[in-house]
Amino acid sequence: MVTYLLRRIGQAILVVVGVVILTFLVQRVVPGDPAVAWAGPRASAAELARVRTQLGLDQPLPVQLWNYFVGLLHGDLGISVHTRQPVASDLGQALPASLELVGTGMIIAVVVGLPLGLIAARFHRRPADVAVRLGSMLAVSMPVFWLALVLQQVFATALGWFPVAGEYLNSLNQTSPLHVYTNITLIDALFTGNWPIFTSTLEHIVLPALVIAAYPAGVVAQMTRAAVGDELVRDHTRMERALGFPERSIVTRFALRPALNPVVALLALVFAYALVNTFLVESVFNWPGLGTYAVDAIRSTDTPAIAGVTLLIAIVYVVANLAVDLVQAVIDPRVRLS
Amino acid sequence: MSLELAPATTRRIPGMAGLARIVRSDVLAGIGLVLLVLIVLAAILAPWISPYPADGTVATHPMESLLAPSSSHWLGTDQVGRDVLTRLLYGARTSLVIAVAVLALAAVIGVTLGVIAGYLGGLVGDLIMRVTDIFLAFPALLLSLALAMVLHPSVTTAIIAIAVTWWPWYARLTASVASSIRHRGYIDAARCLDVPTRRVIRRHVLPNSLTPVLVQLSLDAGGVILTAASLSYLGLGAQEPTSEWGLMVEQGQSLFTTDWWVVTFPGLAILITAFAFNVLGEGLRAGLDPRRESR
Repeated sequence: MVTYLLRRIGQAILVVVGVVILTFLVQRVVPGDPAVAWAGPRASAAELARVRTQLGLDQPLPVQLWNYFVGLLHGDLGISVHTRQPVASDLGQALPASLELVGTGMIIAVVVGLPLGLIAARFHRRPADVAVRLGSMLAVSMPVFWLALVLQQVFATALGWFPVAGEYLNSLNQTSPLHVYTNITLIDALFTGNWPIFTSTLEHIVLPALVIAAYPAGVVAQMTRAAVGDELVRDHTRMERALGFPERSIVTRFALRPALNPVVALLALVFAYALVNTFLVESVFNWPGLGTYAVDAIRSTDTPAIAGVTLLIAIVYVVANLAVDLVQAVIDPRVRLS
Repeated sequence: MSLELAPATTRRIPGMAGLARIVRSDVLAGIGLVLLVLIVLAAILAPWISPYPADGTVATHPMESLLAPSSSHWLGTDQVGRDVLTRLLYGARTSLVIAVAVLALAAVIGVTLGVIAGYLGGLVGDLIMRVTDIFLAFPALLLSLALAMVLHPSVTTAIIAIAVTWWPWYARLTASVASSIRHRGYIDAARCLDVPTRRVIRRHVLPNSLTPVLVQLSLDAGGVILTAASLSYLGLGAQEPTSEWGLMVEQGQSLFTTDWWVVTFPGLAILITAFAFNVLGEGLRAGLDPRRESR
């Protein structure tokens, strides 16, 4: 177990180092001089030279890469060209809001996707199964930015059931100010008993979270259907049927347990995917997270900011995968022995 | 020696008969196939079947901007007076060209590296697989986004950016197939007969990889189309005056409340195309799976 653990962590560190090199290289491929982007097009030659020294651009590439590494270890992701703030503190502000959104979306996805997958597996090739497959296929084929616009148009602008944009009504901060601890508004409001802001955030999160949930829900339903379906042709199922267990409990009790492993593994992958989808959703709903930050950075060709977001999400992804592998190794001995 | 003459493929490539069987047994795959044929036809025939072919490229008609759907403009017109239906048909060309180009690039690079890593193995093989892992640590949209941003945004750079993020899947797939057959009897036999490695790869390794790669290609096409549309929506893909669905949604989004057709139809086009590829790919995968469900 310890060997497996160390080997897996070692691999993850290697991947992260590779990811850092890759983001560094992408930054340096930028056509155009980073110094010009920083100092502005009308800067004099002397000014450019000064900026170049200040940003360390006059040093050879390997030295720059090394400095980049050292900076990262100190939590230094560079300065955003757009906000002129350290990228790391910008990300610290934006990440919690995105985690809040994606977390809510993932919960919706599991709550909706898992039962639908079970129903599809139970009624294999019957209308219920076809309906679930159709729905899940539509969900994974959905252009999320378009779904965001349509839901906003229908349920916020036209019907007025939900607010159009934002995280919560900012005016509530005057009547019942929010005490910030985790920066995740739902959690902060819940634990400080701030009901006005809590309910306001819930109202605001419904539409963007549904959009974020679409893809994961589809994938979870498909994966559950396939994994449970695989279990239902195994010998243990035949045994259970022979023993007279009702089909319902064969599916939910005996087939679901072994089928959960691949579904859980998938969640880590899908989580990172959903985090990237915030790029396409948050700016529609003006949600103050990574996606909105990234889109602003793209619009202003803010390379350090983009590199920071890229790095952050890649690391979240690697860590999520590692966590899933380790959890699986703990609960399933076959994983760590193979 | 006939030992190595018969190529040993464990799974058959689907011919027309196989495709017909899959489509008959799976309603959704059938729907996907029909939709796909229609989309491909629309893309090929765009210049001839579009009501206003000039609108597909550079023409603008400021006097006719934002007309609601009517008998002369079935799906209405956009902010500069171009026929939305025409732009949709031309947009099918853009999407399909991107999908084909990305998948061709990704498959060629990925399969080549995958065969090297899986069949030849060794230090180079290990290195390839580690690099593959690094690329797989990025969700596809993320890396293509960063790349498309630093390159000058266009259809070509979008293709390059997406292909760069997509090849590792094919490398991993091919490597796993190649390493799983490396020690099979027929490969050993071929080696004993001193068959050149190049020939073993061509006769045995590649044919065995072909079906999983084909299935993966059909499964991935929908994802590539969605990624390309997303890049264009963010302004990092196709640029005016190219007809592209994601770009159309982006340009129309501020007009959604008053002129719903400029956003609704291009989005539906993306959805339907991605859906067609996905259900067909899923059908192929299920239909060609040797452990096919016998319940």
